Amino acid sequence: MKYVLRRIVTLVLTMIMVSFLSFAAFHLISGDPAVVILGTSATPERLEALRRSMGLDQPFLIQYFRWLAGFFTGNLGISYSYQQPVAALIMPKLQVTFCMVMLSFAVIIICSFPIGLFSSRIAGSRLDWLHTTFNQLCMAVPAFFLSILVTYVFGIALKWFRPGAFPDLAKNPVGAMHYLFYAAVCIAIPRIAMCVRMMRSTIIGEMEKNYVRTAISRGNDRGRVLRRHVLKNSLVPTITLLGQTMAEIVSGGIVVEQVFGIPGMGRFLVLSISNKDYPVVQALVVILAFWVIMAGTVADLLNQTVDTRLRLGGR
Amino acid sequence: MKKKVRINGYLAAGLILTAVIILWIVVGQFYTPYDPTKMSMDKLQGPTLAHLFGTDRFGRDIFSRVMRGSWTTLVIAVSTVAIGCVVGTIIGAVTGYFGGAADEALMRINDALTAFPSILLALVIISFLGPGKYNVTVALGIVFIPSFARVTRTAFAAQRDVNYITSARLMGASWIRILVVHMLPNTINVLLPAVTIGFNNAVLAEASMSFLGIGVNPPDVSMGYMLSEAQGMIKAAPWYAISVGIMIALLIFGVGLIGEGMQRLDKEVG
Repeated sequence: MKYVLRRIVTLVLTMIMVSFLSFAAFHLISGDPAVVILGTSATPERLEALRRSMGLDQPFLIQYFRWLAGFFTGNLGISYSYQQPVAALIMPKLQVTFCMVMLSFAVIIICSFPIGLFSSRIAGSRLDWLHTTFNQLCMAVPAFFLSILVTYVFGIALKWFRPGAFPDLAKNPVGAMHYLFYAAVCIAIPRIAMCVRMMRSTIIGEMEKNYVRTAISRGNDRGRVLRRHVLKNSLVPTITLLGQTMAEIVSGGIVVEQVFGIPGMGRFLVLSISNKDYPVVQALVVILAFWVIMAGTVADLLNQTVDTRLRLGGR
Repeated sequence: MKKKVRINGYLAAGLILTAVIILWIVVGQFYTPYDPTKMSMDKLQGPTLAHLFGTDRFGRDIFSRVMRGSWTTLVIAVSTVAIGCVVGTIIGAVTGYFGGAADEALMRINDALTAFPSILLALVIISFLGPGKYNVTVALGIVFIPSFARVTRTAFAAQRDVNYITSARLMGASWIRILVVHMLPNTINVLLPAVTIGFNNAVLAEASMSFLGIGVNPPDVSMGYMLSEAQGMIKAAPWYAISVGIMIALLIFGVGLIGEGMQRLDKEVG
């Protein structure tokens, strides 16, 4: 239990640090929100009144803690461009992105493990160079270029879906998931190549160890040793990579959402950056960073369950 | 004692492919078959011998456009990696060698920074600086510093108490001399793969940002900008998007092969 607690304490500390860093950065650079909202022609009295009502006359640290408290109670401030609460604006977009990310992650998991196991078995054979080259090629194709190809082939040529016409997630969940599936696959392909590569190299490294040689020399079947012993011991780097992947498919999705015309968080983020709508950008940045930290922590905890050696405080 | 460098297939293929592409891009700075910005009457032609990659909606030759426009992407990627690598290595070397409280503090900040996905960090920096090719370079350069710092810190820290370093210290070598002359050459085998990965990430990041319209702006043209232009005419001229996309993929593929080759070389030697 001790390692779980320690990990959670680190998680909270990192979250506080990350939120403080981004709050300070936006505080420094975004200028005076009162001026942004009221415009430069507003009278000093009105500006002063608005500042007081927004709590901007308070010391910096108080403002930070207020903002942090607001963050956890769902009060993320008011958007400059829409004059609406940020939370209400971003919620539907987060749902769409969340579905896309989960779909993509599922595709990655379902494909990576069989391909990874297979590719570690053909390591050293004559097909090996072909596999490595194909793997590198998959990693080299940018996800958003794949998206353009997929919208062209499946959307425009084959008409399996209508690019740009994203069905409402609440009213037509099946249609929406079908639409998101194409995007999810585009995000997944380069990531699958990375996971396969990672699995392959760790499994090959593990297969050279003495215990594997012993197990095989005692008459165990090679495939059985691979599945029963080696896989479990070589899972750790892959799980860590999957944790990072979970984080990176969100940021990779920003561009893919743009190509497919999916009304998700990424598109809204880009729009808000162009509009200099800092409350929205700040909220999304912190949510994304929290997501990344959580994914890393979950991966670590999973690793400690899979490989109990790590609990002794190694790494 | 000179180590004999063996070349494997991946390294050779990667070096050749990358060299050809870079040569092609560099030549594009001086010579292109057509003027890349000149419009003509040959609109929306598919690939032919006269126009290898076809023409776009305005009758511009896509081959020439890609040849000229890729230069911006290449320059941004190289300068970004240079910024990240030099600054990151300096930070990593000093903190790794000296350790202590400063090392601890910087590593914690590093941890916090890695929580922000690199594209996101670059986008936020751009939102403050404004778009444009110099700002993109600065933003991405800053974003890549932490990863290089982390890699080099580990490499330098591992050598801190090795015998030859202790000897050098006893002989009165200054810390700068120890870091640069004695330690740096021994970190090359971790630094070079990091550079290849960084380069590929930089190409991808530039392309994504310009594609989103918050990177390189006209009149500058880059691979990402061309891809967004091409997406607008995907129905009429699909060959535009395909040629640009394949060029990006080939560039990344070539450098990726170099990285793969170097890692295998490492294993063969060690």
